Amino acid sequence: MGAGEVRESYRALDRWLKAAPADLLSSRSRQAELFFRRMGVTFAVYGDAESNERLIPFDVVPRIISSGEWAQLERGLKQRVAALNAFLKDIYGAQECIRAGIIPAEIVLTNPQYRPEMQGRRPPGDVWCHIAGIDLVRTGEDGFQVLEDNARTPSGVSYMLENREMMMRLFPDLFAEHRIHPVDTYTDTLLRTLQAGAPGSAGDDPRIVVLTPGPFNSAYYEHSFLADKLGVELVEGTDLFVNDDTVFMRTTEGPQKVDVIYRRIDDDFIDPLTFRPDSAVGVPGLMAAYLAGNVTLANAVGTGVADDKCVYTYMPEIVRFFTGEEPILKNIPTWRCREPDALKEVLGRLEDLVVKEVGGSGGYGMLVGPASTKAEIEAFRAKLIANPGEFIAQPTLSLSTAPTLDDGALQPRHVDLRPFVLTSPGGVRVTPGGLTRVALKAGSLVVNSSQGGGTKDTWVLDD
Amino acid sequence: MLSRTADSLYWTGRYMERADFVARILEAALRLATLPAGEDAAASAWAGALASAGAGQAFAASGRGKPTEASVRDYLAFSPDNGSSIQACLIKARTNARSVRTALTVELWEAINGAWNGLADFGKPGRRDDFVRFLEWVKGVSLAVEGASSRTMLRNDAYWFLRLGAAIERADNTARLLDVKYHLLLPPGERVGGQLDYFQWTTLLREVSALTAYRWVYRESVRPWLVADLLVLNRQMPRSLASCQGMIVSYLERLAADYNRRGPAQRLASSRLTEFNEARIEDIFQSGLHEYIQRFLKENNALAAAVHDQYLV
Repeated sequence: MGAGEVRESYRALDRWLKAAPADLLSSRSRQAELFFRRMGVTFAVYGDAESNERLIPFDVVPRIISSGEWAQLERGLKQRVAALNAFLKDIYGAQECIRAGIIPAEIVLTNPQYRPEMQGRRPPGDVWCHIAGIDLVRTGEDGFQVLEDNARTPSGVSYMLENREMMMRLFPDLFAEHRIHPVDTYTDTLLRTLQAGAPGSAGDDPRIVVLTPGPFNSAYYEHSFLADKLGVELVEGTDLFVNDDTVFMRTTEGPQKVDVIYRRIDDDFIDPLTFRPDSAVGVPGLMAAYLAGNVTLANAVGTGVADDKCVYTYMPEIVRFFTGEEPILKNIPTWRCREPDALKEVLGRLEDLVVKEVGGSGGYGMLVGPASTKAEIEAFRAKLIANPGEFIAQPTLSLSTAPTLDDGALQPRHVDLRPFVLTSPGGVRVTPGGLTRVALKAGSLVVNSSQGGGTKDTWVLDD
Repeated sequence: MLSRTADSLYWTGRYMERADFVARILEAALRLATLPAGEDAAASAWAGALASAGAGQAFAASGRGKPTEASVRDYLAFSPDNGSSIQACLIKARTNARSVRTALTVELWEAINGAWNGLADFGKPGRRDDFVRFLEWVKGVSLAVEGASSRTMLRNDAYWFLRLGAAIERADNTARLLDVKYHLLLPPGERVGGQLDYFQWTTLLREVSALTAYRWVYRESVRPWLVADLLVLNRQMPRSLASCQGMIVSYLERLAADYNRRGPAQRLASSRLTEFNEARIEDIFQSGLHEYIQRFLKENNALAAAVHDQYLV
């Protein structure tokens, strides 16, 4: 589609904006910021001592997806996340995909995110990854491709929900003119997902908690938001203790048994007795209770191996192997730097490529070739040569753009999309919508909120 | 409810109350310092403000030298090394509230978070009129917080812990205010019952928004033992020790009813309330108001410790 043309799904919005007063968007935008600040919808940025809490910039122009596009996307997401769960079940079980040569054994078994403690374990209903966030980008007209899978503790869903609330407050007439799928079904589905994952011993009304590292964590607002919407306690590690392989929380009425923990703490930190002994945010003995089957963790321990960026490169084969179907969502072409031919090619054109650590996340520790200085590239080259197995590389994508408010005018800015996918023993569900992240600087490709990206509301039309 | 949540609510209540109290102390000191009794009155007003806030020793240890208007204003209102400065209280109240957001209504959170945002807007006002506006604002904040909690919160344990913290803090504050006036404030050489003494007592009443109330209750000019009666025993006066004790008992009893269990905190609180019901101000003066207040403060701390052990860990 050529620049300046209006995509079909944006026609109604385009008409509405043309009829609206010139400064409407700017004034609504200021209103939104004021409101977010009042509510304390903030995000902490590590290493930013001056302002350890700041707002994620919110762009008032929605990102719109047609119902046809969404139907295709939804099928692809369900297929991919079903395959992710089957993959996790398999590598911690029979390991057939390794024997069949789908993925090299060492990539799985020597992966720092592979947890030998989980070998031979089966969480309730064989659900490993209850909550997944799949990052997608659109490059050209052939639909969405997967940029990365987030199978540990994906964040951002509170922004999907809050951004929608904000838009409904700011632009009620736009909602009257469009038929937009609601997103607030997410929390109900999440609650049912967590309930369905409870251990058999839990009874009819399992006690669920959200486990947070605490108020200083960057996503603390989201943790408290979700606990509130779910109607469950938000606990920190020190609120829980383990007795006789059973988890309890300390309450004003004495200890109470806990059945399901939606944990927003990485594996490494959940239990100082099993994983990192210096963790101050975990619960001593939690792994023992978990392995005894007395408590469910969502996501399960060990899911990180599925969102490793090197494992990602094998996802097309993994999807085929476990579902017997062609992958509906394609991967971005990716070089595995562990392979000598690929490494050679990557080193030859670092200035064109994006290079990522296989275990990294949040936009930290990556090289964006076209946006880097010669010195930065050379420093990264040394790291890459020293440890090629730690990196993958991807072409700089011609990411699609969406109209975004900048200095009072609409400008094309690069966007990505993170829909949230919930899995329970009953099946896989996708909330129609997601978190759209937008690179606010002209030409920038980095959308991470930790790196100055913003967010938009994401509309899936029901047309 | 999580013990940590209860603890954070309790301390949110205490810190909001303390911020309000320190603002009132500073207002009173500004008034007292304008008295025509010369520099002694000013110096004793600022030293008295420190003593009322329970910050005399910490101030002396902070290396700021002799208390002056500028140094005391800064120390009590803004200093980060004073854990009970208005700014520190509002920050801590907000930190506590933020860690238990799910237990707060949106309105209450907005009031507390708004106070925190407001701190940045005010900065550290240097001019006296700006400073007075700041103190007015702090008092408004505590009204907004109390109003939001009373109008929007469910009457469950979250509410009782928030109010319990405020009531225990308020009892402590009233007691210390009275003690400082009675014991410390009058400079040497000034006559008890003299003009300065009179002005100090009326300022004390103003500080707790009770000057008009005093006239309605006693229909007399301001006399020290009646002021003490109002602030210690009068059950109509919401800041009196007896009223605070009554509120503490009622919050603890609501908790006991919700949880179906009484404990040491309930027993301690009700036995103290019984003493209030039997007390007469003449007897208190007879055996010494200062000693009486010191014992009250000690018991109030013991009660806070009992609440902590029973619910907050």
